[in-house]
Amino acid sequence: MKLKKNIATSESGFIFNPATGDSFAANPLAADILARAKEGLNPAAIKADILARYDVAPGQLEKDWDDLLAQLRDFNLLD
Amino acid sequence: MAVTGLNATDSPGPGVAVIRALRETPDFDLRIVGLSYEALEPGIYLRELVDRTYQLPYPSAGTAALLERLRYIREQEDVAVLIPNFDAELYNFIKLAPQLRALGMHTFLPTLAQLDARDKLNLPAFGAAHGLHVPASRPLHHAAELATAAETLGWPLVLKGRYYDAAVVHSLAQAEQAFLRLSGLWGVPLIAQQFVAGQEINIAGLGDGHGRALSVVPMRKLTITDKGKAWAGITLADEALLALARRFAEATQWRGGFELEIMRSASGELFIMEINPRFPAWIYLTAAAGQNQPAALLRLALGLPVTMMEEYAVGKMFVRYAWDLITDHTQFQQVAALGEL
Repeated sequence: MKLKKNIATSESGFIFNPATGDSFAANPLAADILARAKEGLNPAAIKADILARYDVAPGQLEKDWDDLLAQLRDFNLLD
Repeated sequence: MAVTGLNATDSPGPGVAVIRALRETPDFDLRIVGLSYEALEPGIYLRELVDRTYQLPYPSAGTAALLERLRYIREQEDVAVLIPNFDAELYNFIKLAPQLRALGMHTFLPTLAQLDARDKLNLPAFGAAHGLHVPASRPLHHAAELATAAETLGWPLVLKGRYYDAAVVHSLAQAEQAFLRLSGLWGVPLIAQQFVAGQEINIAGLGDGHGRALSVVPMRKLTITDKGKAWAGITLADEALLALARRFAEATQWRGGFELEIMRSASGELFIMEINPRFPAWIYLTAAAGQNQPAALLRLALGLPVTMMEEYAVGKMFVRYAWDLITDHTQFQQVAALGEL
């Protein structure tokens, strides 16, 4: 997952794409994932952290992860 | 200085926004004269922005009537620079530019050839000549031509008035109705244009007349009125949009303010839907974002240097609002009866 370089994210979960003017509201977990991705953390490390912190089965996490990626791609937020 | 386009209505002229931007320049202490056509143009009564207003004859009265009126205004006011803001009046002001200069009134306007080349009727040829993407279009003189236009351009179809107004129509019945309305308002020919789906983006720019765009600020419309006018917008950072506007200024050697109306298709292609030969009504956003285009045009008109403006605030937004301005009937009567306030 590689967010476009100029995408702005805020702690409150607000995402702004300055190239298109689109803005989105992310829930706290999605905002946390995006913040970590922006810091350069790789997906495996982010997922491991989620598995450690939340009561979620690895299979469910993979499915939700794919859903998130599909949405981000759809919103034109990924490189 | 003097500024037209004081009709800050739901389909606003740019004058009030231009004046608001000019008021913020630290370069000059300005006395600003408004030039109006109708007695109820809101800008006339915005006394904190407009020091005095004079009515002008309608563009259809011709250049002689306009010159006579401007000569009178010049006798009353020390107008050094004049900024016209309506498409329909530009022809007369461009024609009169030498006489106005002789009266001490400077303008910074496109040439008649530039004005003509970007006309809606000539847009396809303009695009072809400069390698710019524009939607296919054709002029319509009679409603009977609608069916053929739709066959060539497909449904839905965009019908445009010569200077203002447009309608998106999905059937021949809708097209005929829109043709009657638009031709009744604006005359013929209308323009039938291929519909392009996508994101509406506008770019405000200032050309120096030598191929350089001294300022370019793109804005995406966030909400639009039923007339398609931006009611809220946000500045964008997109190198492709900046490059397109710079290419336009270079190709045309554009002189003065301009607005490119862009449609970005789902595949990212940029179509120029329309080229306005003046500042747009949202021009104050350029000043708010750090590139005061009206103030820069004022300097150009006076022959003063203007440096290339590169940086602007991205994500700067405007949200337009309606406000009931209170005035007195005596003021209205003065404008309506004497043509001055």
